[in-house]
Amino acid sequence: MKRANLATLAAATTLALPAAALADEVDIGVLLPFSGVYAALGNEIEAGFALGLETYGNDLDVEIILHREDTEVTPATGLARTRKLILQDDVDAIVGVVSSGVLGAVRDMVDGAGVPLIVANAGNDAATGAECSPWITRVSFSNSQVNRPMGRWMAEQGIETVYTLAPDYAAGRQMIEGFTGAFTEAGGTIIGSDYTPFQQTQDFGPYIAQAQASGADALFVFYAGGEAISFVNQYASFGAAEDLPLYGSGFLTSQLYVDAQGASAEGVVTALHYVPTIDNPENASFVAAFREAMGRVPSEYAVQGYDAARALVEALETGARDRETLGAALRQVSFDGPRGALSIDPATNNVVQPIYVYETVQGANGMTQTVLAQLPAEADPVNGCVMPSLPTN
Amino acid sequence: MTQDLSFWTLQTLNALQLSMLLFLLSIGLTVIFGLMHFVNLAHGALYALGAYIAASIAGTAGFWVAILAAPIGVALVGVVLYGGLIQRMRKSGPMAQVLVTFGLIFALLDLTRILWGDLALAIATPAALSGQVELLGVSYPAYRLFIILLGAAIFGALALVLARTQIGAMIRAGVDNDAMAACLGINVERLFFVVFCVGCALAGLAGAVAAPLLSVTPGMGLQILIPTLIVIVIGGLGSLKGAIAGSLIYGFVQTFGAVLAPQLASVLIYALLAAVLVIKPVGLFPAKG
Repeated sequence: MKRANLATLAAATTLALPAAALADEVDIGVLLPFSGVYAALGNEIEAGFALGLETYGNDLDVEIILHREDTEVTPATGLARTRKLILQDDVDAIVGVVSSGVLGAVRDMVDGAGVPLIVANAGNDAATGAECSPWITRVSFSNSQVNRPMGRWMAEQGIETVYTLAPDYAAGRQMIEGFTGAFTEAGGTIIGSDYTPFQQTQDFGPYIAQAQASGADALFVFYAGGEAISFVNQYASFGAAEDLPLYGSGFLTSQLYVDAQGASAEGVVTALHYVPTIDNPENASFVAAFREAMGRVPSEYAVQGYDAARALVEALETGARDRETLGAALRQVSFDGPRGALSIDPATNNVVQPIYVYETVQGANGMTQTVLAQLPAEADPVNGCVMPSLPTN
Repeated sequence: MTQDLSFWTLQTLNALQLSMLLFLLSIGLTVIFGLMHFVNLAHGALYALGAYIAASIAGTAGFWVAILAAPIGVALVGVVLYGGLIQRMRKSGPMAQVLVTFGLIFALLDLTRILWGDLALAIATPAALSGQVELLGVSYPAYRLFIILLGAAIFGALALVLARTQIGAMIRAGVDNDAMAACLGINVERLFFVVFCVGCALAGLAGAVAAPLLSVTPGMGLQILIPTLIVIVIGGLGSLKGAIAGSLIYGFVQTFGAVLAPQLASVLIYALLAAVLVIKPVGLFPAKG
């Protein structure tokens, strides 16, 4: 039902209906992977985005026309589709981008053309660091933001030595470096660290055995998607939980995969910017609405799409209608959403949000999460970002 | 490195486990290639299909039914593929075959996405094989041990069939010289068909066996294809001995590479592949000397 509305809107654009009867309209590009390895994430974000528009966008005196484009998780395709959105569809803003590779590819295009981009996933630190742009506002997370507080928290729990594992690519390294920096600063020691060949590793057994033999107090890992499921299942099969408890970046036991992990994920403690069991009224109504629309519990990806829609609606409510005004308004949005209090850091355009430490536990209907701690929101370090005071162009 | 003996025992078992999984896949591909001179790149996609079939069945009928049904299901798909595509492509040369079967990978990949969706699936390890087993002084996951034993059993069975039975002799004759075999009254086409179906069934079995260990994703067939091809090139085309040797080499290099030289882990196997191609381009144990 809810998906159908979006499809109708998209269909309306292709028919190019005359808009004379309408007072106002804005064109929004939805740039997500609907095929390729991250298709599941693209669909999840789109579902959240559609729900967000429906929840918050009904009272707007402006019609939102969506232009849906598939990045195929390929930087070259992502760039071509962005060019199409900007030059042909003449969109006023773009929402989406799952992969940091695609974000890197489209960054100069949106920055040069002066089109606001709401990033709904891609976590590359540099996108709101050295490569920041006044036109790019991120409402999802940054790789180090999710893991830095976890480093401090684990040190506070009395964990002294940690072994780390992650796939060998940019996000894997940024996640681990964010954790390692904070953990060692708080007095902890990293006694071993491996990066596994990305998407080429079928068997994590050798690495798990290596970590067990290191005698570390705990194992901290980042894996996502299929690798997260394989890793958690294989870790559980070795029965390592007693001497080497598993901690990680929260994507490891994301709501999206936890059903596939099943009992293997029980007792894994991770940190993330969102879990479906956060206790606040906004989250309760979001989870209920998403469940009704999709028949399952939302993941962090869904909430990123939902909040991207809300940020867009808030910007439109200020009266912004074109690229310049939307770009300026998006940088100033702040609201209390399912994730708690959210705001945009003016220094980097990255989201500022609390981080939740949670344990995956057995629930009545499959696996669920218990929030162990809410760690206070803090802005990312500027990381070389020099932000022009106002969008110029 | 201060690891003791049990650490190395554990890693050896890990290496064997990976080897056996790859063996189940590569044996089908290598015999199809050796016998039919047919490059079936879609073999990896059949493996993914096996995992998906197993995942759908395991939910209701349990793991043991799934592990039987997946090879049968994939073999049936193999029958359709053989009748619809492979038979027509038999004489059209390796380049056309590679292109068609490569295209087939994406067709099957999208088919699995349409039928089962984008979200990763999984199968729970069966109750009888969950937990660990004490073996040679280490505690090792029972399911991994099961994979090692299953791989060894299949190897034994295939070795017996190929070396000791009439159909084995016919297959060997066909691999060696198919024209001569046909002159001797062997129905080579029918032989091809049977071997192709057995190869597909083994790919389906590998998928079903891998499902509880890995995750079931649309891209899993593409991910396993490269290791399988490396195994075949190292081992030599068309022979059982080559497939088992290549699998063992791949498993051990990958596992001990990850332990001893993690920075080189992803490069080591390719370096070995290059070395084999330079020193012995036909592989270590090719079917035709």
